[in-house]
Amino acid sequence: MITLLINGQNHSVDVDPETPLLWVIREWLGMTGTKFGCGIAQCGACSVHIDGAVMRSCSVSVGSVGAGKITTIEGLSADGQSHPVQRAWLAHDVPQCGYCQSGQIMAAAALLKETPKPTDADIDAAMTNICRCGTYNRIRAAIHTAAGEA
Amino acid sequence: MQLDRRQFTAAALAGAFSLGWRFPAQAQAPGAPATGAEIGIWAVVHPDDSIVVRIARSEMGQGTSTGLAQLVADEMDADWKFVRLEFVAPHDNLARKRAWGDMSTGGSRGLRGSVDYVRKGGAVARAMLVQAAAVRWGVPAADCGASASVITHTPSGRTLRYGEVAAAAAKLPVPAEVTLKTPAQWTIIGKSVKRLDTLPKVSGKLQYALDVTMPGMLNAAIAQSPVFGGKLVSFDGKAIAGMSGVRHVLAIGDNAVAVVADKFYQAKTALAKLPVVWDERGNGNVDSAAIAMFVAEGLSAAQAGTGLKQGDAARAIAGATRKIESVYGTPFLAHATMEPMNCTALYTGDAVEVWAATQNGEGTLAAASEAAGVPLAKVKVHKTTLGGGFGRRGNQDSTRYAVLLAKQIPGVPVKLIWTREEDTQHDFYRPITQCRLTAGLDAAGNLTGFHMRISGQSIMAFASPATLENGVDPRMFQSANAEEFGYHAIPDLLIEHAMRNTHVPVGPWRGVNTNQNAVYIECFIDELAHAAGKDPVAFRRPLLAKNPKNLAVLEAVAAKAGWGTKLPPGVFRGIAQNHGYGSYVACVAEVSVSAKGELKIHRMVAGTNPGHAVNPQLIDAQIDGSFVYGLSALLYSEITIAKGRVTEGNFDTYQVARMADMPKVETVVVPTGDFWGGVGEPTIAVAAPAVLNAIFAATGRRIRHLPLKDQDLRPA
Repeated sequence: MITLLINGQNHSVDVDPETPLLWVIREWLGMTGTKFGCGIAQCGACSVHIDGAVMRSCSVSVGSVGAGKITTIEGLSADGQSHPVQRAWLAHDVPQCGYCQSGQIMAAAALLKETPKPTDADIDAAMTNICRCGTYNRIRAAIHTAAGEA
Repeated sequence: MQLDRRQFTAAALAGAFSLGWRFPAQAQAPGAPATGAEIGIWAVVHPDDSIVVRIARSEMGQGTSTGLAQLVADEMDADWKFVRLEFVAPHDNLARKRAWGDMSTGGSRGLRGSVDYVRKGGAVARAMLVQAAAVRWGVPAADCGASASVITHTPSGRTLRYGEVAAAAAKLPVPAEVTLKTPAQWTIIGKSVKRLDTLPKVSGKLQYALDVTMPGMLNAAIAQSPVFGGKLVSFDGKAIAGMSGVRHVLAIGDNAVAVVADKFYQAKTALAKLPVVWDERGNGNVDSAAIAMFVAEGLSAAQAGTGLKQGDAARAIAGATRKIESVYGTPFLAHATMEPMNCTALYTGDAVEVWAATQNGEGTLAAASEAAGVPLAKVKVHKTTLGGGFGRRGNQDSTRYAVLLAKQIPGVPVKLIWTREEDTQHDFYRPITQCRLTAGLDAAGNLTGFHMRISGQSIMAFASPATLENGVDPRMFQSANAEEFGYHAIPDLLIEHAMRNTHVPVGPWRGVNTNQNAVYIECFIDELAHAAGKDPVAFRRPLLAKNPKNLAVLEAVAAKAGWGTKLPPGVFRGIAQNHGYGSYVACVAEVSVSAKGELKIHRMVAGTNPGHAVNPQLIDAQIDGSFVYGLSALLYSEITIAKGRVTEGNFDTYQVARMADMPKVETVVVPTGDFWGGVGEPTIAVAAPAVLNAIFAATGRRIRHLPLKDQDLRPA
């Protein structure tokens, strides 16, 4: 039995410790805001925070998390829209299909925590998540907006 | 009249193929109360004034649902703040004799293919609401007006809200004839309103097909024959029988096998260890080099289909002062939607229900009916928002496989998911083509003859051979046919296609053939301009003389980009134009290339004339997005074949553009207001040729084969 602290709540799951955190979040705990895109930490659709740092949950074994505090898109803000990054995303109408956006938002939130006023180069370096609809320019603009607000 | 499956499929496919692809929208009714009154068929008005606009097309990020709602709401004189969306279910469309029309969503037809009847639907609803108010007041409807969801009796100044008369309006006869607004009367069409579907994408609450869950559901992973055309011979289910969560190991059809488990993670882990024997059916030795030679042979073959002929190109080129010739090529490409292919199905003996991300809900319904062996009326299709489409989700393979699997475990819902590798290796790829272009210049540098020979694979020959026209696939000539080719002022023209089909499955890929054709045409025109010693814009002007809309958008981007003005040291421009999917587009790219050959794209200025611009900010988003898709293809992406199968697997080997690759994109939307053009696809075509022409300006190197990765770009 493994106990995970996710969005402030403890969850106990009976699962092989090698199971990637992504699948435990999605399939064992039923939280589907965190997405499956590649399974090899290439695309970032599965990004979550562990102790405030952004991690690609498809490539983190659930057994390695220990007492780490996990935050998923569902836990970023109480109402799903009031985190500064979510507000900026709404203001810029960022999402197209939206599938990668949970991961993009989690990556942007972690970037702004670390670097409150990121330059374009900081954004290029930190925001390596893939978006096939091509929302990159609006993501960049929204991060600058969120930085101005923070 | 009850359509049978064959008729229904034919209807769904006819719609689809005339549109470019066959595909649908999503079944997410955003929480409207069940007390609404259906006014006509496109709008449901609730007592609290909220208006649910029905959307038959698929939403895959392109914003079609918001644009369609604008069309309905404007004619309805609705207050935009009350408008919500609801997606029509394919089985409801079937039950109501296709009242909502074609559901397939492709070919950039979402708006322009439905504009007349959805606007009429809004106008009908307005007329019925006004009539209901007039009846209540006992006054002539002609004395009443409507604005922002409020009806006013003009002589008395009395008002009623739409919500107050909706129930009465719903009982009135639907008027046969209504007058649509003139563009000058539009208040919502043409406005940059925000999308109606953003919040659940930001909160993480939107349920995609991959997120579908229900009690008792099992999850499955699929392995299809690695070699295209191969068959399943055998598998050893006992080898994985004891693995965690595994319930079943089942063949699907004659070319795939699936592991069904409690969780997908368990299914895919077990599948990776499943011993499987495949019959390669003779394709196991095909590789990219052999395919390239096969396609190259078509460049000079005697036989070819004609797409456009004007005058005598061969004679003009033979008699020219100078003859210029080049060969270009573009590879197979996968779609790589962010949401991997998947479908959930529940088979119950005499009925089947599916949950699918599909660009053609009716095609999904027909595919489910056929795979399950149940009548159309016994199928339900629940459409979700698509996690990317780009043409991939017009194919019904995921539905077919999920239903064939579900049929083996009746009463149990099963979600079948492709891994990323499976998704990349079992796509319907953008077809491979090469192109030989030959032209003649006279002594003054004027272009006198132009011959374009495309060779390569046909989508229609693969997907719908019965629709070939005398053996010719007209879609090979998109942007190079009589209607769309821009350079009709060239006196002698010949554009042909030699069909060379491989064993690799192909299908529509955002911008079907316009991408490849625009690279061939626009880069070669740039070559000719340089050969003639002329500026690329000045060279194009007389050639576009008979196509003034092409020229106008070219001039618009040139002006916005400052064509001909000084650039920072080391930065160079390239330009391209195109006409496709009903819209006229152009692009100027500004790039620099370092001494080591590193490319930096600084700025792209894109222009489009889509006729009517329903929502300019969504057009901006589509241009941005189409450029990312187009630049991925230009910079990195390539599907190669070895031993009959796809070499690339995940995003580490099938690379796509990321944030750091993106230039600043500026858009110029110049609608002329006299037609309805597409938005999702047209601009992708000019992204690559504009950058390639700028690379030539910067380096003197003509790159004629994509992608750019691993090519030497050092200044020559």
